[in-house]
Amino acid sequence: MTIAETDFVPADVARGRGGGGPAPTRTVVAYGFWIFLLSDFILFSGLFAAYAVLSNQTAGGPSGAELFNLRNVFIETMCLLLSSYSCGIGALAAERRHVDYFYVSAVFTFLLGAAFLFIEFSEFANMINAGAGPSRSAFLSAFFTLVGTHGAHVTLGLLWFIYMIAQVYAKGLRPHVLRRLLCFSLFWHALDIVWIGVLTLVYLMGAR
Amino acid sequence: MDRDEHVFDDRTPGVEEHEPSASYVSYTVGLALAILATIASFVVSQTNLLWPPGIAVGLLVLAIAQIGVHLVFFLHLGSGSDNTNNILALAYGVWIVFLVITGSIWIIANLHANMMDM
Amino acid sequence: MLGRLSWDAIPFNEPLPLISGAVVVIIIVTVLGYITLKGWVPYLWREWLTSVDHKRIGVMYMTLGLIMLLRGYSDAIMMRTQQTIAVGDAQGYLPPSHYDQIFSAHGTIMIFFVAMPLVIGLMNFVVPLQLGVRDVAFPVLNSVSFWLTASGALLINLSLVIGNFARTSWWNYPPLSELAFSPDVGVDYYLWSLQISGIGSLMTGVNFVTTILKLRAPGMTYFRMPVFCWTALASNMLIVAAFPVLTATFAMLLLDRYLGMHFFTNDFGGNQMMYANLFWAWGHPEVYILILPAFGVYSEVIATFSGKGLFSYRSMVLATLGICILSFMVWLHHFFTMGAGADVNAFFGIMSSIIGVPTGVKIFNWLFTMYRGRIVFTAPVLWSVGFMVTFVIGGLTGVLLAVPPVDFVLHNSAFLVAHFHNVIIGGVVFAVFAGYQYWFPKVFGFTLDDRWGKASFWCWLIGFYLAFTPLYILGLMGMTRRLQHIPDPSWQPLLIVAELGAVVIFLGVLCTIVQLYVSIRTREQRRDLTGDPWNGRTLEWSTTSPPPAYNFAVLPRVETIDAFWEMKRRGLTPVEPRYEPIEVPRNSPTGFITAFFAVVTGFALIWHIWWVVILGLLAAAITIMVFGWSDNREREITVSEIARVEQARLGARGRA
Repeated sequence: MTIAETDFVPADVARGRGGGGPAPTRTVVAYGFWIFLLSDFILFSGLFAAYAVLSNQTAGGPSGAELFNLRNVFIETMCLLLSSYSCGIGALAAERRHVDYFYVSAVFTFLLGAAFLFIEFSEFANMINAGAGPSRSAFLSAFFTLVGTHGAHVTLGLLWFIYMIAQVYAKGLRPHVLRRLLCFSLFWHALDIVWIGVLTLVYLMGAR
Repeated sequence: MDRDEHVFDDRTPGVEEHEPSASYVSYTVGLALAILATIASFVVSQTNLLWPPGIAVGLLVLAIAQIGVHLVFFLHLGSGSDNTNNILALAYGVWIVFLVITGSIWIIANLHANMMDM
Repeated sequence: MLGRLSWDAIPFNEPLPLISGAVVVIIIVTVLGYITLKGWVPYLWREWLTSVDHKRIGVMYMTLGLIMLLRGYSDAIMMRTQQTIAVGDAQGYLPPSHYDQIFSAHGTIMIFFVAMPLVIGLMNFVVPLQLGVRDVAFPVLNSVSFWLTASGALLINLSLVIGNFARTSWWNYPPLSELAFSPDVGVDYYLWSLQISGIGSLMTGVNFVTTILKLRAPGMTYFRMPVFCWTALASNMLIVAAFPVLTATFAMLLLDRYLGMHFFTNDFGGNQMMYANLFWAWGHPEVYILILPAFGVYSEVIATFSGKGLFSYRSMVLATLGICILSFMVWLHHFFTMGAGADVNAFFGIMSSIIGVPTGVKIFNWLFTMYRGRIVFTAPVLWSVGFMVTFVIGGLTGVLLAVPPVDFVLHNSAFLVAHFHNVIIGGVVFAVFAGYQYWFPKVFGFTLDDRWGKASFWCWLIGFYLAFTPLYILGLMGMTRRLQHIPDPSWQPLLIVAELGAVVIFLGVLCTIVQLYVSIRTREQRRDLTGDPWNGRTLEWSTTSPPPAYNFAVLPRVETIDAFWEMKRRGLTPVEPRYEPIEVPRNSPTGFITAFFAVVTGFALIWHIWWVVILGLLAAAITIMVFGWSDNREREITVSEIARVEQARLGARGRA
């Protein structure tokens, strides 16, 4: 029995049909993270489905229309959107090795994200103090869980981002650091996409 | 394995190296469009500019527009033919999200209709 | 200080769990002690526990699955025995509170800690080799996935000796699983164990989807991949799609139990049917996650032992992808009787019937592959033929159940129990044994004894039909599932036959154990020196048995389907290739350490030991941060090292 592991080049090393051999590490990492993000979207869809089903189960307690403050929601939305934008700018700066621009945009990304969280925590605290906490009704359970899970993702994201800024500072913009930054920016944009869903389906539709 | 060789143009979301369209300008355009769509959502929801029974649909359309802006301008999805893997993955994800949410709503509503009045 | 943990948690006044738990603990301590005294710990740590090599991880998954099969099977024989003797006035030997835990544990363990690890283990070992690459996309993540699964298994088994398990079945429906009706730790064991292992499964899904789509040998376009890789892709896509739904559902129930929320409670607006809906939205894709790789195994085995390429590769791929899409559109058939209207039931009933079609396509393809082939009737082929007959019967009963009016009679009856065991045993278990026998020489370098393999097959086949045909009949006679006591004495003869079947299956399990023992003792006579004991078609057979750590010294250039068959056909002589240094991932303790803290944190959450929870989470965060800071995760294998290994293997092959 003979083996054939020679160097003949296949007749069809088709681009885009996946015949070109293993992809570069950066592509592999980014694609894997993208698949993970899609799974996260599906996790949120389970929570969205529960919210949709339970949204009018207020058990005699307050409803969304009574509780939601759309002015704050607008500010939150703008904070997260601008944070996403500055994250993108920062990613671009990092790719082009403009490390100073990266740090500046990183500060904005972080502060805007933190502002979002601050407003959200205050909203939650006010609701709980007013007796509209997650154990008051099924609607409120679903609301706090859906919006709170998004907020938890944002919190973890900010912690991750501090960690990434530290890595950039300690190691510079080396390929593996850039790959991790790429994953973070994918994550951050994806969170803004989920927020669009929350904004529309929970707040804007709920406040009517 | 040849790890860092750029043997072929396979793209993933967010990978900007060979991406001529990824620039500060394109991000800013995306931001502007997203802000417009967001404000439009708030206006549609809080006023009667849109025929009231159509507001839910309008909000959904605007949400999809906002998400589209994010996917195209921030995540660079859709540019180049080698993005097929990413688009397919996204399509699959969207399909599953759709099934889970609308399937659940349809099923539970149907079950609810058969429940006794409480 | 210790939450609600106290000495009461140990079942001193319940002889059965106490004795069985004590036996297990003694066995574990003895084994661990023996390993330590023999000085094997450094070897095990270095070569297995911290390994990120997909081949090692695959073996560990299979080992976990096979050991847990023994636990799950013990639960089964206990239930069979109880049902055989607890008829009429007799009460049997298992009080309801125990019986309920046993059937809950049986289902949970068999699905999550037997079937999943076995299937994932096969995919782990085989897929990178078949794709002609060196490892999966994220090797350290792969190790973490395995160890999280093992953590879940450990937690579930702890419930035998510390506390109790859930009594709520493997679905764990509210309101029974809510605090009001299950205040003890059992449901919490279930939930946390499955949440932890669920994260592991999700990570596996991400890993393999990325590997199959982005890491293949040069020239291997999508339609040149082996069918097993296509089924692995579809299965892992389903994992990525379905497991988050389960995670969300369990999270909501956990929030109800821990933070007093009202997703599924009886009061304050909770909706219990939403749990059933979401659970099965995961649950149905789950069974396809299990069966698709099984179908892939059969494709490989049948093609190889028929000496022919698989009939109609493209329709196989299309059928696989079709099943992948359709499997997410049928889930309501698990609760036809929950009260939906005719239109909803009809839609899902029709979809459930349609999903049988792609499977039918596959069966015909396998038959046409065998037709006019030169079939070698090894044990894997017997398992495959046994599958084709058994699975078709099981599938037909499934299509029968897909008709809502029929399901109204047979829902949750013994008929249903027979149906799903029919498809899981005939489909998944037979495939695991076929794959185990087929790929064993590649993994360990010697073949398994074929006669004992065939003996095992016949025991399983006969035992299966003896055990489950009575259940079909009993279901039609009105017997429901999960009965601790049999009210109708006329059922007893059939139950005795079922018990006999369970014993015959046990003989099959014994045959497999004996087979392993005998094969190891006589391994020198069955050494696989060529790496290709079956005249295989796919790339894994082009490596030595076992393959070197880096799999391929030079990645193969692929031009066709069945790349290795083509290479053999062309008969190209081996030219000494130009070796280049190979980077392989370093070992990493991240997986094992993550598992340790997962078990500690999970246990603390179950028993409400909050300070340990906080410490455990902090430790997990630190582990992630330490791992995430690392720079050099790869080590280089030098050209001289590669040359040395390759010379040795070419020499061995030349001697064959």
